[in-house]
Amino acid sequence: MSQRSDDTMMLTTPFHSRVAAACELNCWGSWKDYTTPNAYTDVELEYFAIRNAVGVFDLTPMNKYRIGGTDAEAYLNRLVTRNVGKIAVGRVGYTVWCDDAGQVMDDGTIFHLGENDYRLCAYARATDWLHWSAMGFDVTIHDESADIAALAVQGPTSCSALMAMGLRGVEEIKPFGLAHFDFDGQPLMISRTGFTGDLGYELWIAPEHAEALWDRLFDAGRDYMIKPFGMEALEMARIEAGFLQAGVDFMPAEDVVRRGRSRSPFELGLGWLVDFDKPLFNGRRALLREQTEGSRYRFAYLDVDGNKPAHNSFILFNGKQVGTVTSAAWCPTAKSNLALGQLKMPHGGVGEELVAEIYYQRELQWTKVLAPCRVIESPPFNPPRRRATPPDAC
Amino acid sequence: MTDRYDVLLVGAGHNGLVCAHYLARAGRRVLVLEVRDEPGGCAATREFAPGYSVSACAQWLNQLHPDIIQDLALENSGLEWAARDLETISLDREGQHLTLLGDRVEGERVSREDREAYRVFHARTSKYVKLLRKAFEARAPKLVESNVTDRLNLLKLGLGLKLLGREGMSDLMRVILINMYDLMEESFDSAQLKALLSLDSLLGAHMGPRTPNTVFGYLYRRLGDSFGHHGPAVLKGGMGALGKAMAASARAAGVEIRTGERVTSIDLEAGRVCGVTLASGEQLRAPVVISNADPVTTFEKLVGYRNIETGVARRVSQIRFNSGTVKLHLALDRLPDFPGLSEQQLGQRLVIAPDMDYIESAFNAVKYREYSTAPVMDISIPSLHDRSLAPEEGHVLSAIIQFAPYAPNEGWEACRERYIEQLIACIADYAPDIGQRIVAAELLTPADLENDFGMTGGHWHHGELSMDQVLMMRPFPGATQYATPCDGLYLCGAGAHPGGGVMGLAGRNAAREILRRGDAA
Repeated sequence: MSQRSDDTMMLTTPFHSRVAAACELNCWGSWKDYTTPNAYTDVELEYFAIRNAVGVFDLTPMNKYRIGGTDAEAYLNRLVTRNVGKIAVGRVGYTVWCDDAGQVMDDGTIFHLGENDYRLCAYARATDWLHWSAMGFDVTIHDESADIAALAVQGPTSCSALMAMGLRGVEEIKPFGLAHFDFDGQPLMISRTGFTGDLGYELWIAPEHAEALWDRLFDAGRDYMIKPFGMEALEMARIEAGFLQAGVDFMPAEDVVRRGRSRSPFELGLGWLVDFDKPLFNGRRALLREQTEGSRYRFAYLDVDGNKPAHNSFILFNGKQVGTVTSAAWCPTAKSNLALGQLKMPHGGVGEELVAEIYYQRELQWTKVLAPCRVIESPPFNPPRRRATPPDAC
Repeated sequence: MTDRYDVLLVGAGHNGLVCAHYLARAGRRVLVLEVRDEPGGCAATREFAPGYSVSACAQWLNQLHPDIIQDLALENSGLEWAARDLETISLDREGQHLTLLGDRVEGERVSREDREAYRVFHARTSKYVKLLRKAFEARAPKLVESNVTDRLNLLKLGLGLKLLGREGMSDLMRVILINMYDLMEESFDSAQLKALLSLDSLLGAHMGPRTPNTVFGYLYRRLGDSFGHHGPAVLKGGMGALGKAMAASARAAGVEIRTGERVTSIDLEAGRVCGVTLASGEQLRAPVVISNADPVTTFEKLVGYRNIETGVARRVSQIRFNSGTVKLHLALDRLPDFPGLSEQQLGQRLVIAPDMDYIESAFNAVKYREYSTAPVMDISIPSLHDRSLAPEEGHVLSAIIQFAPYAPNEGWEACRERYIEQLIACIADYAPDIGQRIVAAELLTPADLENDFGMTGGHWHHGELSMDQVLMMRPFPGATQYATPCDGLYLCGAGAHPGGGVMGLAGRNAAREILRRGDAA
């Protein structure tokens, strides 16, 4: 259902008519060749909709692959680092997948939709790798990216807004759970997933019903201060929640051309996703070796003094550069200046005191700040409502 | 379940037997499992009609490494030469045949200039062959993560290259990647000579004279010269006698060989090899498994793509192993008449390859899954040297023929008989009475060779020999130096460095590497 708009070379999503009407700033970016709003009205207001009310994000351009066949579970278990057998039907799992060298190719989510029926959501296009990986397995792989329209509905009043749409039972969905609903006679799948670190849901529907879904959602959400949000507000929210962004916080291994620029799951703080109890998965051998020989880098959350975001900063220890910042933001809700960093081993242990070399400019005058920072265990934003079922106020 | 063996070796091909022998001599308990009833793999003799036997796959011995002959004491284990250092004769329809031996070329139509040019060409290429030999007698160095041994080997190669002199070095760098057609055009006038040398560059390969890498193929073939073979040899009892001698030698060293045993899987436990399962269901356990099978058979069929990582499966699936080579066996009631050739000459290596365009045209057909109606042939009449192969008065003719596809468009069963008739007609151009001499005929297509000898695609090198598939890229990047991405699993066959041909170096190098690593201790 993706289609080219009349006057640009970009693809548009099935929500485009609604998105375009709401995008008052006319500020567009490109996400996997789809034109998507960077901001609709005001980035701060959009961000606060996510944190204090409910925000809506069109995530249709996300790569979605449907995996079926009798070997689907075995196939996915060889593909990704975690144990797919532990993701029950009706559940969603976050995971990474690696190349043979144990370097992260991408992160994403696996939706266990039914017996031998999975959806894999990925940042990067993965068709070739998925098909290479299928040799020897009885699986079917279908790129359904353009066959499904998806909206993220995120924020403390998201559940209320969905209930106001008449979606009874949505409040019972647990984090990383999913359920099926009837939307005017059409199947609508809702999962309690998202990229904001808050209470939130993702709605999945056939493209031809996308506009109706948008309209009904915004009607029902009016009393809950519903607002669409773009890439920039999402970026603030995801940094605050401490989520990694492929292509920003790590380079997908297949995209890397220079030696040593890719990262392993351990080097991204994602060792908890690696299940060595599985006899085989891509990268297992290399990751076992890394465990013995040690990693090159350590991922760290850095709490930076002051209010200047440590964009692209070098991280210093005793004046010597020991790492860099991949993402940084002043986090309005957590009221902290957070940076996601890559530190050379042995640096990056929790509690370590470091210095961020921050450059910023005001009216073309550049200033350098050497801001003390320390490694913290977890990101500062982590509200209980993210986990409560049913959520408060429902 | 047993722990009786240190090493299980899948396949008693010649490289497998060589590898097993060296490991056993170093004290390892080795069990070799062979699906065929006789050990030897492609070094096999086959009775294809009552009383008539031929070498079923490889028909000439021209590359076997002298160390292996000596270390395995093959000449004390039953290996007997029926004829050595044979000439190669390129047949001509008008009887003006061309003869090649060492650096000499003879023939009525060969000019003085060409004779001299060939002598110079032979000397020049011999230097390159010596350099290749250095690279092939040791494991292939790794370029990245290389250790001291690898660096030394690379250094030796570099030094060898340097010692060729400025002219030699740049000439080798220039020709190694180009095609035989161009090299021949710039070197000689005689169409017959150009074609004969081209044929040597592409035997067993899916290449025509104009295909890049053929010069490398020619140098590879010439390795035999540097090992002391001055031409092809024929063994008493056919090539199967080599298989038998090697098996006897391996057994004498303490190797146990079980024939008629099909290995159905190579088994892994958490990424490490733990043994094999036989067709009978029997499971054998050992800390080291060595596969003499080609890499595709090893990883796709025995280990299973689903049991290895995606990148490895992908590289294995990308190995080029198309073959265009068939074997023709003819049982003859008596010696056919080749006008212009004496009986002594008929015992030499006979070649049908009139000119390079003829070969290239023959190659064209196979690209489109058709057999060539005017193929090139490499013919042996071994019964002239070894009377045990045919009944009294009778003879056997064995020919390597190119090109015919693995799976012709119309299917082999539909065209097999017709193809055999065409091949016989083709030989009849040079031996008019051949048709009347034939008692029985047998054609082994690439599919048959795959079936009989377990070689994927029927490719006798277990994967094309070309610059992208040699040295550290053989069998594929990440599985070099005989080790594989499955710990404890090694390769020792033609698919590993340096490649195919009855040479034995892959088997010997693999044994050395396994012992060096101490894995089978």
